[in-house]
Amino acid sequence: MYNGINMSQIFVLDQDKARDFYVNTLGLEVSNDLDLGFMRWLTVCVPGQKGRDILLELPGPPAMDEETTEAVRELVSKGATGFTLGLTTDNVQKVFETLKARGVEFTQEPTTHFYGTDIGIRDPFGNNIRIVQMADVMGTPHLDPPAPKTKASTGKSSR
Amino acid sequence: MSRAVEEINRRMLRARDAMDRAYTEPLDIPHLAEVAHVSEAHFIRTFKSTFGETPHRYLQRRRVERSMFMLCETARSITDICLEVGFASLGTFSRTFRDIVGVTPSEYRERAVIKPVPTCFTMAYMRPSSFGEARAKNGA
Repeated sequence: MYNGINMSQIFVLDQDKARDFYVNTLGLEVSNDLDLGFMRWLTVCVPGQKGRDILLELPGPPAMDEETTEAVRELVSKGATGFTLGLTTDNVQKVFETLKARGVEFTQEPTTHFYGTDIGIRDPFGNNIRIVQMADVMGTPHLDPPAPKTKASTGKSSR
Repeated sequence: MSRAVEEINRRMLRARDAMDRAYTEPLDIPHLAEVAHVSEAHFIRTFKSTFGETPHRYLQRRRVERSMFMLCETARSITDICLEVGFASLGTFSRTFRDIVGVTPSEYRERAVIKPVPTCFTMAYMRPSSFGEARAKNGA
């Protein structure tokens, strides 16, 4: 039925600030920045991946009424928009150092899990973005190398 | 008016993120209030109205959630885990854990089942939402 995802969307509270952050700080590129008259169509993508775009949408009237707009803005600013965006990289440590030097706010510094190593950041508005370097071989879900269990329990170390 | 609310929300979120990121450290209210750029008294009140619980409770549940994760996914000793997640004493840890989870850390470890999901979701969804109230209500 489907053969890809071409677009997803993030609510941002200021499109100039959003463009600056997503491009100059995070390192994505602008794929569209058009004044449609009734709205500014601002999308970004991973460099070279135009066609898999993220719409940086400003909530507001007439798409939604004033009260709803305020509610959306409030939820974004308290970080209630959930898992907004996930990016992959082949060098998460380097991304971490680059973003740190650029003053990005981290929700999580590099941490290794069974699926890879990832970091978490906030955009200037409160949206949650995660960046992962996937493990070459998916490990078992252990933080530490599995140590022998002291008791025979549930077989959970053998996954 | 609304922009002021957004700014306050954003500051409270910054303090909450600090707890999620640095729960292993001895975080206290003065430090968190500083992260949020507000006075201590204002911080506790505003955090509660923003996120529905006091910063202290949020942090305790974050630490207990992380300890649940480590009890399940590592073979480290309970004392180790207690210190690792930011509790200063084993007594406080065991009591808090039992109050929140309803069983002792070692009982929890016995029954634990590994959940192969990304940790950010474990942190978001496995942080205990009740301080034993839910169990009391269900008569369990």
